[in-house]
Amino acid sequence: MEHLAILFAIYAILGMSLNLVVGYTGLLSVTHAAFYGIGAYTTAILLTKSDVGFFSSLILGIIIAAAVSFLIGIVLSKLKGDYYALGTFGFNTIIFAVFLNWQKLTRGPLGIPGVPKPELFGINFANNFNFLVLVLIFLILTYFASRFVVNSSFGRVLKAIREDETAIAVFGYNALYFKLTIFVISAAMAAIAGSFFASYVTFIDSSSFQLAESMFILAIIILGGLANLRGSILGALFLILLPEILRFVGFPSGIEAQMRQAVYGIILILLMLYRPQGLIGEYKL
Amino acid sequence: MKILKTKNLEKRFNGVRAVDRLSIRIEKGKITGIIGPNGSGKTTLINLLSGILEMDSGEIIVDGIKKNTRILPHQIFFYGITRTFQNVRLFEQMTVMDNILVVVTERNVFSSLFERHTEYHKKIAEEVLQKVGLWEKKDQLAFNLSYGQRKLLEIARTLATKVEIYLFDEPFAGLFPEMRKIVSIILQELRQENKTIVLIEHDIGLIRELCDHVFVMNEGKLLVEGKPDSVLKKREVVEAYLGG
Repeated sequence: MEHLAILFAIYAILGMSLNLVVGYTGLLSVTHAAFYGIGAYTTAILLTKSDVGFFSSLILGIIIAAAVSFLIGIVLSKLKGDYYALGTFGFNTIIFAVFLNWQKLTRGPLGIPGVPKPELFGINFANNFNFLVLVLIFLILTYFASRFVVNSSFGRVLKAIREDETAIAVFGYNALYFKLTIFVISAAMAAIAGSFFASYVTFIDSSSFQLAESMFILAIIILGGLANLRGSILGALFLILLPEILRFVGFPSGIEAQMRQAVYGIILILLMLYRPQGLIGEYKL
Repeated sequence: MKILKTKNLEKRFNGVRAVDRLSIRIEKGKITGIIGPNGSGKTTLINLLSGILEMDSGEIIVDGIKKNTRILPHQIFFYGITRTFQNVRLFEQMTVMDNILVVVTERNVFSSLFERHTEYHKKIAEEVLQKVGLWEKKDQLAFNLSYGQRKLLEIARTLATKVEIYLFDEPFAGLFPEMRKIVSIILQELRQENKTIVLIEHDIGLIRELCDHVFVMNEGKLLVEGKPDSVLKKREVVEAYLGG
């Protein structure tokens, strides 16, 4: 139970942060797993190879993800619409290739085992319940930080960029800076989720940060609803619990996993057909 | 006083001169009409003046500041220029209120992160929405408005910026008579406030009624200019409109 709750919290952080870019700003990004991976690898490498504590590694992960997303964001700012999506696709692929091939640092396909759990003020978070409380605190912090962003004047400009970038520019808003800033904020939040993931599962390898993972996070926010933070939380809850619910359906043994994937796909298709704004979304792609 | 000038302004599309060595001078505090047949370069001119398009050569001089390269779209506000679009461009999936608030709040990225809209911003929005009769609809999404209401909202959005120069691209097109009246009053009020208005319009009656000065364009060139009554009588203007 705690296991599912922890996964839910990690994906809810990922969903909310991606929603800032996709739902609020209208930029269809599928590179989120890259920043998630940067957070995870920063924590995994530092905790296994140095004396740095979990929280320092978390902050460093945020800084590295922010720096990388800043550089990527500059390139992406030259792209629009479908080309933007393809550009983010390219960057996810590149960063995945780095995770896989920079063997000295990441051990490539062998992965990094033995990532310890956080410790703070003498409290050890090795126990799942303690870990859950910690990650939920960060989920709440991320929620309020995101809410702060979307309720500000800045957040309103993001929506205007989503609706018509040229029209908002004419009123004196430099869309490029706004898009870059939200992209960096979003990547930094994804890195937080990554740090928790690495520490929780204690073993990471590059396969967790492929394009498919970005698509999964995108599915969470489309299902829950774009431009709605609670929608992302709902989407994460739904997609994390779905495999557990399907366990009770009793698919023939041997093809259970495939059947679950198919059902998951069908749900997404039905949703796009009959409720394109997602469960509680405020924006249609 | 001439507030907005172009000098030998030129813009080509695939070799065709959409705006052809155009030199015009626009007077502050007046309504200046720009008329001409379809494809005569009126909208291209507005797009050059508002930075949507990059000029090929020539100069644009706004209030004494000379530009002979592109003014970027996000810079034109700081030159004191705002505009509407021939095909209305609203922030569709945002409320009527937010369509106004978004153009009056902080423009700096970092300051805007720490700003919430205030009573002051709401007052500006209420003032301009009342003026166009959309205050009652403030909580509706823009895409739920009728065509005429959308045009009015776009005009209200420009009013909220309180700049000096307003470029209106066919603001009357497709409006019901009572809405035309609202727009007409708005233009005259702006003139009273000594604001500068550039008006692209096809309706000759409106040009006569509202404009202090008219430029007639044809094939990207300035055909003739002057007071509406005298210009509209000229043979070449009639010919340009009727295709000779």
